[in-house]
Amino acid sequence: MRSLFELKPYILKYKKLIFLGILSILVSEAFYVVIPILIGRAVDNLKLGITGEKLLWFASLVIGSTLLSGIASFFTRQTIIVASRKIEYDLRNDFYRHVQSLHYLYFRNKRVGDIMAYATNDIPSVRNFLGPGIMYSIETVIEFIVILAIMFSMNFKLTLLTLMPLPLISYLVYRVGKILHEKYEDIQEHFGTITTVAQENIAGIRVVKSYVREDYEVEKFRKLNFDYMMKNIKLIKVQSLTYPLMILITGISIIIVVWYGGYQVIKGAMTLGQITSFLIYLGYLIWPMIAFGWIVNLTQRASASMDRLLEVLKVEPQIRDTSETDFSIKEIKGEVKFKNVWFKYPDSESYVLKGIDFEIKQGQTVGIVGYTGSGKTTLVNLIPRLFDPDKGEVLIDGINVKKIPLKVLRESIGYVQQEVFLFSDSVKNNITFGVDSVSDEEVFEVAKIAHIYDEVLEFPNGFDTVVGERGITLSGGQRQRVGLARALIKKPKILILDDSFSSVDAYTEEMILKNLKEFRKGRTTIIISHRITAVKDADLIIVLDDGKIVERGTHDELLELGGIYADLYLKQILEEELEKM
Amino acid sequence: MHDFRDDEILGKAYDSRLMKRLLKYVKPYWKQVLISILLVLILAVLNPLRPYITKFAIDDYILKSDYSGLTKLTLLLLGILFLQGGLQYLLSYITEWIGQKTIFDLRMEIFNHLQRLALRFFDKNPTGRLVTRVTNDVESLNEMYSSGIVLVFGDIFTILGILYFMFKLSFELSLVTLSVLPLLFYATFLFRKKAREAYREVRTLIARINAFLQERFSGISVVQVFHREEKEFEKFDRINAKYRDANIKSIFYYAVFYPAVELISALGIGLIIWYGGGEVIKGTVTIGVLISFLQYTEMFFRPVRDLSEKYNIFQTAMASAERIFKLLDTKIFIKQPENPVKLEKLCGEIEFENVWFAYKHDGEMISDDDWILKNVSFKINAGEKVAIVGATGSGKSTIINLICKFYTVQKGRILIDGIDIKNIDEKELRKHIAVVLQDVLLFSGDIFTNITLGNENIKIEKVIESARLIGADQFIERLPNGYFEVVQERGANLSVGEKQLISFVRALVYDPKILVLDEATSSVDVETERVIQNAIGKLLENRTAIVIAHRLSTIQNVDKIIVLHKGEVREIGTHDELLALKGIYYRLYQLQYKERKSKLVNVSGTAK
Repeated sequence: MRSLFELKPYILKYKKLIFLGILSILVSEAFYVVIPILIGRAVDNLKLGITGEKLLWFASLVIGSTLLSGIASFFTRQTIIVASRKIEYDLRNDFYRHVQSLHYLYFRNKRVGDIMAYATNDIPSVRNFLGPGIMYSIETVIEFIVILAIMFSMNFKLTLLTLMPLPLISYLVYRVGKILHEKYEDIQEHFGTITTVAQENIAGIRVVKSYVREDYEVEKFRKLNFDYMMKNIKLIKVQSLTYPLMILITGISIIIVVWYGGYQVIKGAMTLGQITSFLIYLGYLIWPMIAFGWIVNLTQRASASMDRLLEVLKVEPQIRDTSETDFSIKEIKGEVKFKNVWFKYPDSESYVLKGIDFEIKQGQTVGIVGYTGSGKTTLVNLIPRLFDPDKGEVLIDGINVKKIPLKVLRESIGYVQQEVFLFSDSVKNNITFGVDSVSDEEVFEVAKIAHIYDEVLEFPNGFDTVVGERGITLSGGQRQRVGLARALIKKPKILILDDSFSSVDAYTEEMILKNLKEFRKGRTTIIISHRITAVKDADLIIVLDDGKIVERGTHDELLELGGIYADLYLKQILEEELEKM
Repeated sequence: MHDFRDDEILGKAYDSRLMKRLLKYVKPYWKQVLISILLVLILAVLNPLRPYITKFAIDDYILKSDYSGLTKLTLLLLGILFLQGGLQYLLSYITEWIGQKTIFDLRMEIFNHLQRLALRFFDKNPTGRLVTRVTNDVESLNEMYSSGIVLVFGDIFTILGILYFMFKLSFELSLVTLSVLPLLFYATFLFRKKAREAYREVRTLIARINAFLQERFSGISVVQVFHREEKEFEKFDRINAKYRDANIKSIFYYAVFYPAVELISALGIGLIIWYGGGEVIKGTVTIGVLISFLQYTEMFFRPVRDLSEKYNIFQTAMASAERIFKLLDTKIFIKQPENPVKLEKLCGEIEFENVWFAYKHDGEMISDDDWILKNVSFKINAGEKVAIVGATGSGKSTIINLICKFYTVQKGRILIDGIDIKNIDEKELRKHIAVVLQDVLLFSGDIFTNITLGNENIKIEKVIESARLIGADQFIERLPNGYFEVVQERGANLSVGEKQLISFVRALVYDPKILVLDEATSSVDVETERVIQNAIGKLLENRTAIVIAHRLSTIQNVDKIIVLHKGEVREIGTHDELLALKGIYYRLYQLQYKERKSKLVNVSGTAK
């Protein structure tokens, strides 16, 4: 429950709206509770003999009260529920803003689906508490107190008698709700198992088919499904009780009114009109009773959701500008230096980078090669500060990257990651993702450098073609080239290409490399590649193995050395020969 | 993972064709349906009885001061009440029961159907989406089956029941009271229309929010690397604000509708007081009738409101039903032979005869680039061990798919013991073949079940013996529960090498005539590597074996090596013969040799 107090600043922002809402609830209730009295009076007047004119007056009073109460209740919804939607909006904005600022590694350990669940389940559940939850609880309490007061004032004993079963409703709604909740949790878990088994079966359909286990799998699934059904049927046994119980308890109250109230009328202690009012009031009371149990559940759920949300919101973004940041730095030149850099992932014991030391002069091109898992990608991730080294320093223009404002640092780097992620947006918007206002000419220019221009023009809507599921699905090579164009259009001081030509054929790669030669002038370029062709002209080639630099030099020097690089070179020649055969 | 794009498919309008098909699933439970309809009918009479009896309580006893009569009538009311409660319970239970049973059947049908579909189908449909059909889509039909069908009758009959008693009490007053009904219908109709439009907008926007979030979180590194946090936030804020405004718009409709319904019901009450009161004065209607009419107006409004709620249930069910039936109507099967040949005793001879293959449907256009295998011919004698080598994309794995009849060839024939596999039932064929795939897939359950795959004919002794032969016994017996140790999700408590060994034991206990092994490429430590190589040796004994080779040591001991290159068989021979040829194999060998050397360097470097 405590976690819900954290919502205070959000609620206070709309205190006026909420205050108005509470006011309208009061007005609405005031007009609402007089209606049964009016009807009762009318009934009593009938016995006394009454003019048709007076009857019309009573009827108009009933309609008028309802109208006024309705207008007020309209305002209640327009204030409190609207406020809850506004708070939800604030909450969701804050959530998104926060999550996207979190450390890159946070996303390595969490599945996107789990983070999504906060936004899709937990925020709405908190909203439900804030809107309907608050509105109904205030309404319920007020209505309850006022109606009880009126009833007691009419006839104390009858009220006591009729009300006896009513708290039972609240209790039952709460109790049964709790039992149901437990059973429901159990069923949800079982549903999870069914999902897992179906998932495994479909993912492993080759194994199932090749060992001819289809019948067994069906039988296995049938058992699970059957248990699931039985559990549900058990739940139903309890669940089906709720409505009949409600009917029983309210029915008994009504019967008591008819019987004991009737007796009072016979005795002359009460009027028939009062009985009528009583009957109507009882109808009024049933809803608050149901609502009460419902609100308790709602609050509990919201509180659990808020706990989960707070857990995320309290994760500190680790990579950000700090007091050490030197905001006087407005741009960088592009000299990169690694000084004895060590790095390991938080969840692992062994270092991925072990004492990396090298220097790239401004405007130079450096190639990095090495086997899968040698630490190449981790190394370049340190430059735009996707994470920071555990030991040692990464320097740009001789300044530790931690002191450079993130905005300056990241806007000066064009990084094409190994797996190019494109958004389901137009090709043009994907290319201009990192820049604010660019002309179409600039887009075309970088597309030409990335050697994707002609192909995009062939798409149904050219550069406005939407990529992704609903639009056209790009091939791996096309994605890589769009990713390249996206980095190039930034005109970065430092260009990092992480195996960016792996899905591009040899001819296209050659063309891109040729185009890039011009572009690279004056920019520091780092190229990671499995293919020697991409790096052989570099000013410096670094060979990484198991997190260490094991060879460094120019292409010719490394071939001479006869180490891993030379091996990779031979391998590539073999592959080329094979391709031609 | 849940695909949020699916949410964009909005509630389809009511579709009688779908509904008919959905109703078929209830047919087996027609007795229960009948009982529940009967219950609905009884309850439709019982529910409006109380206000009716109240009338007599007031007119005949209270107003006439007959206390003992009142008590008797009270007891009658109590009796009816308990009967009503009991029957209501039965009704809820039976309808829910029907829902559960139907859901069970439907879910089994979908799962069964999935088991029969050809692999071709699974290539094109992501696992997550298929899982959703079996799980969530079926679940969302539950509400329609349980509360939907029968209870719609319930509401209609309740309304009819109330009308019956009202008219019985006073025909004229009934007409006057009911005169507000058209207003109610109109208001409900208007609200439904407006609310549905608003709801659609809300749904579309929430789908957009979800898609946005999913994409940004999946591509978080792009957002961060390009330093677009502020810009992306602005984009999000725009959608989020639209969502908020759409919701606020729909609040307006609710805020108008609920008080409007109250007002209409107040109009009804006003009419009862004014007109009914006048009648009471005239003496044509008693006070008791008036009071029971007041109760009836309250009772009457609920089912009318419920009915429109139920429309929603049907609407949501339609979208799911549409998706489910689309899957059930997908009939991509491997063509069954008309006169299947029984395989009594298999020797294990395999022959490819001018086989052409492309991953295309029958009748689909095949261009020259699409051919994965081109005119492939080779013969493997019974008991021979053969390795197939080739660069990535040369068509090696396709060979496995064809031998197992996961796909059918476009041209040429594949013969097993001289019989064209087109004439062999796919299941019959696979019973004689065991395939060990590169990626080992473990199911939830213990190691024993993962080895036998639930085949009860395979006893624990056989499993232990096979594990020993493979050399998997040592690590299995070291586990706390040995062979009955439960495998964690995705085999998290086992190493890559251990998972491979388990898949070897799996193949061995099935004792196939033909074994196809797609060697794993993932690197393991030197000791495990030795155990695995040893195990492969054992696995290949006494049967025809095809190894899709990635390792050198396996290649050197086989009888024959087939070199596939760009979908064609280019070289066939023994290791030494092919090396001497200095052709494709020679180069592949050198390539693998280099890779292997590098891997060993790598492995020794990261040894823990």
